[in-house]
Amino acid sequence: MTEHSEVMQEQTHAHGGAHVHRDDEGSKMAMWLFLFTELLLFGGLFLLYGAYRFEYADGFKVAAADMNSFIGAINTIILLTSSLSVALSIAAIQRNQKKLTMAMLWFTILCGLAFLVNKYFEWSHEIHNGIYPGGPALENMSNGEVIYFGLYYVMTGLHGLHVIVGLIFIGFIMVFISRDKITSTNFQKLENAGLYWHLVDVIWIFLFPLFYLLH
Amino acid sequence: MANGTLANEVSYLEYQGKHKGIMGWLLSVDHKRIGLMYLMAILIFFFVAMTLGVLMRLEMLTPGETIMKPSTYNSVFTLHGVIMVFLFIIPAIPAVFGNFMLPIQIGAKDVAFPRLNLFSWYLYMVGAVLAVFSLFVGEGPADTGWTFYVPYSIRSAQNVTLTTMAAFVLGFSSILTGLNFVVTIHRLRAPGMTWFRMPLFVWGLYATSWIQVLATPVIGITLALIMLERFMGIGVFDPALGGDPILYQHLFWIYSHPAVYIMILPAMGVVSEILPTFSRKDIFGYKQIAISSLGIALIGYLVWGHHMFVSGMSDTSRIVFSLLTFLVAIPTGVKIFNWVATLYKASIKFSAPLYYVLGFIFIFSIGGLTGLVLGALATDIHVTDTYFVVAHFHYVMFGGMGIMFFATMHYWFPKVFGKMYNEKIAVIACTIIIIGFNVLYFPFFIMGYMGMPRRYYDYLPQFEGWHILSTVGSWILVSGIVFMFGNLFYGLLKGPKAAVNPWGGTTLEWKVPSPPPLENFDEIPVVTGGPYVHDKPTYIMHPGKEGINTNGGPKTINQEAAL
Repeated sequence: MTEHSEVMQEQTHAHGGAHVHRDDEGSKMAMWLFLFTELLLFGGLFLLYGAYRFEYADGFKVAAADMNSFIGAINTIILLTSSLSVALSIAAIQRNQKKLTMAMLWFTILCGLAFLVNKYFEWSHEIHNGIYPGGPALENMSNGEVIYFGLYYVMTGLHGLHVIVGLIFIGFIMVFISRDKITSTNFQKLENAGLYWHLVDVIWIFLFPLFYLLH
Repeated sequence: MANGTLANEVSYLEYQGKHKGIMGWLLSVDHKRIGLMYLMAILIFFFVAMTLGVLMRLEMLTPGETIMKPSTYNSVFTLHGVIMVFLFIIPAIPAVFGNFMLPIQIGAKDVAFPRLNLFSWYLYMVGAVLAVFSLFVGEGPADTGWTFYVPYSIRSAQNVTLTTMAAFVLGFSSILTGLNFVVTIHRLRAPGMTWFRMPLFVWGLYATSWIQVLATPVIGITLALIMLERFMGIGVFDPALGGDPILYQHLFWIYSHPAVYIMILPAMGVVSEILPTFSRKDIFGYKQIAISSLGIALIGYLVWGHHMFVSGMSDTSRIVFSLLTFLVAIPTGVKIFNWVATLYKASIKFSAPLYYVLGFIFIFSIGGLTGLVLGALATDIHVTDTYFVVAHFHYVMFGGMGIMFFATMHYWFPKVFGKMYNEKIAVIACTIIIIGFNVLYFPFFIMGYMGMPRRYYDYLPQFEGWHILSTVGSWILVSGIVFMFGNLFYGLLKGPKAAVNPWGGTTLEWKVPSPPPLENFDEIPVVTGGPYVHDKPTYIMHPGKEGINTNGGPKTINQEAAL
């Protein structure tokens, strides 16, 4: 148990004197619980993927061959690097290096944006080719391919949404750091943002092989 | 604490903070005020859904069209189900009384995340408004039943999207409340409040909160997929595009079966509070009751397939699901026997909350035993999609959770409002409710067994007598409910002032004033014994005054207990 987690300060909150306290351990626990719920949210989709991969093995193989695994690999590297930088930002704030912390978070945000840009090009390429739900090319494909692309759009779309939420989360954290609300003795919020960002990363690590490599 | 004493001189109802009047409620992060705001909203929706239920019974009074068209009937039973399940049964006890009592019962000043708590209430209201909104816009209210089964929910021209959106948002609210409670129970127990000194209501809430956190996301993604399917036709549930409707049913019930334990576990927790209070003795088998809550939550995850015995599953899965379903009866039976054993050789004080509890044990046992009929494969196939199923879940949901919600309102009424209701009228109302309930729903078992299908607006002449009896039962039940609420409302306005501990309860909420002050306790109490000890005090309410040093003490005790 780290030093800061022992802190359990009590103070009277401005809202009608209601009671608010600081409990880092509790805050971290809540974040982990929230991450469980995220895993289960995606879990439903992974379950569908598993069931349909079993049912339409051939259609999935054909459809996956269409994906550009080079862009997928680049995106994987980008996200993994951003996970490193967000972890380094926590190490930096623990050492009271505010500038380095901010630099690491800026780098994380840039990586997240680069990921989204790549994703945008991938999606628009598919959509341009008529491969989207109800699209002209998809209508002539087999059931397996239709479901593959249905799941592809839903799962990478939901993941992309999480990247955006993660970026906003980190943006708020950076405001807190610049106002010294997050410091070397009080950085649980940054750690929570880091945890969330790692989750976004971990989910992508599963999406990448399932959609790009298995064919 | 700068103004801590000031805040504790008046009750939470009278306290004036930064915001006055109605804003003092809408922006309050106090768990007690949030609990009451939930109560207001939940009661409104209960009355809406109850009215829909009465209208359905009225339609069934005579064969053929009585007061509404078949399509209207479809919408009415859908909304009755959606509102009752998502807006009343799931949130009622945890969101109202869990919010209000959980922090007090574990000796805390509030939940772990008060602002998140208020945010959950707003999410609940957004979901509720969406559900109501779906009544009036577009092609008319959803007509799929509360289960939103595909492919009909994809094809229906009615307003299914908005209703599923409402359920989605409500699920989010439910997750955040559960998360808040789990952290609160782990982190904020008073010094000396070990796991096995927690009141059993807290144990019920703890098990419930875990289900809320771990099951609700699955329904979230499932409902989101329905919306996407309707907007874009992604194909995962649409048989025309190769999707499998059975997979939808799996995903739906992976949440919705555990959800029935979200509904019943807090109610069972309140039973375990009321019984020791009115028996004047410790509860029988405290640990077994506490653990059985977790047992029910755990097994409850693994039985969803029993909703799908006729949907198309392999025989192996059906047998496994059937067997696992029987297992749920074990922890449930443990609870029932422990409750009855608590009454044995007790000095029982008969009072309205206890009458409700006895009614609950009777009704819930019928509901539970008929659940075994449905859990067994051969008998289930005979009664699938008949009134037998409807009877079963009304016996466990309404007879279980609903009756206990009424009990809870009576039991904690003096604490929440600081007033007393009229005991004699409360007992009469309770009697009318329990008679009306059985007259209304028992004929469902008989009709269902004889083959009356559920969700039909019409029926064959041989069912007419039973339908008339049942409709008359609905009138008895509703008059009992109106009578009960009238009595509580009158007590709220004109009732005598309640004492700190009118029932002789032993848990912490009965040690603080009625209604409690804003911060619940002047000093965080120290716990020295179990929750239901009647013959000696187990709480030190002012450890500072008595010279007990809790500086550093609470932390060590708390953390040991948390691990």
